[in-house]
Amino acid sequence: MEYVNPEGLRLDGRRPMEMRQIRAEIGAVAKADGSAVFEMGNTKVIAAVYGPREVQNRSQQISDKALVRCEYSMANFSTGDRMRKPKGDRRSTEISLVIRQTMEACIMTHLMPRSQIDIFVQVLQADGGTRSACINAATLALADAGIPLRDLVTSCSAGYLNSTPLLDLNYVEDSAGGPDVTVGFLPKLDKVTLLQMDSKLSIDLFENVMQLAIEGCKAVANYIREILLENTKQLEYRRGL
Amino acid sequence: MEPRLANTWRLTVNEKKFIETALQSDLRIDGRRPFDYRSLSIKFGREDGSAEVQLGQTHVMGFVTAQLVQPYKDRPNEGTLSIFTEFSPMADPSFEPGRPGEAAVELGRVIDRGLRESRAVDTESLCVLSGKLVWAVRVDLHILDNGGNLVDAANIAALAALMTFRRPECSLGGEDGQEVVVHPAEVREPLPLIVHHLPIAVTFAFFSNESSVVIDPTHYEEAVMGGRMTATLNANNDVCAIQKAGGEGVLQSVIMQCLRIAGQKAYDITTKIKNAVESYNTERASQKIKRHTIVSSHVSGVSVNVGKQSQYVDQKDVSDRSKLIPEKFVADQSMDLEGKTKSSEQGQTNRIEGDAKNFIGGPSSWDPYSGAVNADFLKASLASRGTATPIKNEKDSMGENSSCEVKPVEPTEDINSASLTEAADTVLQTNREKTLKDAVKPKHKRKNKASFASES
Repeated sequence: MEYVNPEGLRLDGRRPMEMRQIRAEIGAVAKADGSAVFEMGNTKVIAAVYGPREVQNRSQQISDKALVRCEYSMANFSTGDRMRKPKGDRRSTEISLVIRQTMEACIMTHLMPRSQIDIFVQVLQADGGTRSACINAATLALADAGIPLRDLVTSCSAGYLNSTPLLDLNYVEDSAGGPDVTVGFLPKLDKVTLLQMDSKLSIDLFENVMQLAIEGCKAVANYIREILLENTKQLEYRRGL
Repeated sequence: MEPRLANTWRLTVNEKKFIETALQSDLRIDGRRPFDYRSLSIKFGREDGSAEVQLGQTHVMGFVTAQLVQPYKDRPNEGTLSIFTEFSPMADPSFEPGRPGEAAVELGRVIDRGLRESRAVDTESLCVLSGKLVWAVRVDLHILDNGGNLVDAANIAALAALMTFRRPECSLGGEDGQEVVVHPAEVREPLPLIVHHLPIAVTFAFFSNESSVVIDPTHYEEAVMGGRMTATLNANNDVCAIQKAGGEGVLQSVIMQCLRIAGQKAYDITTKIKNAVESYNTERASQKIKRHTIVSSHVSGVSVNVGKQSQYVDQKDVSDRSKLIPEKFVADQSMDLEGKTKSSEQGQTNRIEGDAKNFIGGPSSWDPYSGAVNADFLKASLASRGTATPIKNEKDSMGENSSCEVKPVEPTEDINSASLTEAADTVLQTNREKTLKDAVKPKHKRKNKASFASES
């Protein structure tokens, strides 16, 4: 199948190096300490953060740092055909683990010993790149909850189809079976914390694709920073400062 | 959703500090340098498709089975490959029985991605009848001992098991040509899987202090490390999968450097696996031939003994070993297999293989107890051994005498040879018992057949 036509346009009309439209909104769940909705094109996820709070299960308490928990789930209606058993499959267990460890790396857990932070992310609409969208949403929600972070970790995916590196794959491109590189990036530290890849790609090509994904992460980071700034200004305004 | 933290084993602060401080001067607690791999040994079980990998203290067993199933609707002519992991509490107290924990799921997914999404195993050749029947290959990985770096060990175990696995051959029969016949291993030689390339997982551990990186972390280092990256590469330097699930941030340049190192390690490990599999196959071939033509090797043994005692002793030695080999439960194919046994065993294989060729068709019809040696058979067997020069003169004499035992050479040697023949007979007998036992179908093959019958 042709994923990039001779004019250099992708199936959804984007250029190879173009991201989908991103949109973010802070404060989607009133009850939570921090929450956010993040959209990348048709992918839409919602994240809620609770904490830092007392550890629910005493035996899990860690005496020198906070316990971070994460649960990823996909809404039954998020995919084209309705899912039968949405919870507890191997894929979502793995993504929960991946998101937890990624967020753990940027939360300053040593400042909150003997406490617990819960991150819940749910996919409302899945169109490829749910992992990236979840990480971006979780970052926003953590920032909204006022949890001390080392850096704003952002994520983006990139792929390689029709011998062209493509940024931010959608569902059709994702399920084409080509290589898919998801990067989680700490923009201020210039370090990669999450890196996942499947399929086959030579080392040199991989470097290019990873570079492209990192560029995507930087773009997302700029956007997230803007959103946070705007949100802070709003809060400032509301307090009448 | 949470790992059971109650049983997790934690290092003391002192131990952590010790490991970290040592790493700053590029020292590791087990004496390796940062980019040294632990010693790897691969053993194979008696049945095809089972492998046991030992990487330092880590011990993983891989077992491959196959079953005929209906294919998925969207892939009607592709077989399936699935990976299952079993973390037994025996290996580590933090593994608890019951549902697989996060670590088990992650391990399974990483290996699954490396093997399946890079299309290492040809799934299209597993199709028997498009849309109706395909082989579902299942790889079970049992962690027997957790000494750190389970992913690499499990990945090697999966590969070694897949490389040695053989599935029964199938053909279409019946009046409409739609009936599937599964041939048992005795009728048709089982087929190996088609493995295009070997994706090797290489794990790096990152530590927070001064961004030190080590390869193949041990259990202790895993307790200290800030992050881990598993890169799965094949010998052609293609990246097949990468998993770095959060943790310590790493510079892009460090990742690329790690990938290059991983490429080299992948090449080394590929050669190790290939060598191990090759020697397993050689041994397997030799055992297989013994099963049918044990008798023939003895005939030639006796005939040689008439003229040259020394050669006979050599043969007897070989036959003794042949008796021993089946008793070994696990055929040790480890890397450090000394060259001596290897070469002698290979020699034996060649010799027996040469004999086996002429006996295909009816070796079992020959009965060594009912009477003297069948001259025709001897002639046939010896004639075909034209390349074996030392026996040539015996061959001539044999043709005249038609019986090997009566020819007197020297009185002392005659007695000697007689007693030895007797010994050979006992050996023969024990071997025959073994052969019959060998002829019993392995369990899982019968299971396959049964499962097929129930489905069809």
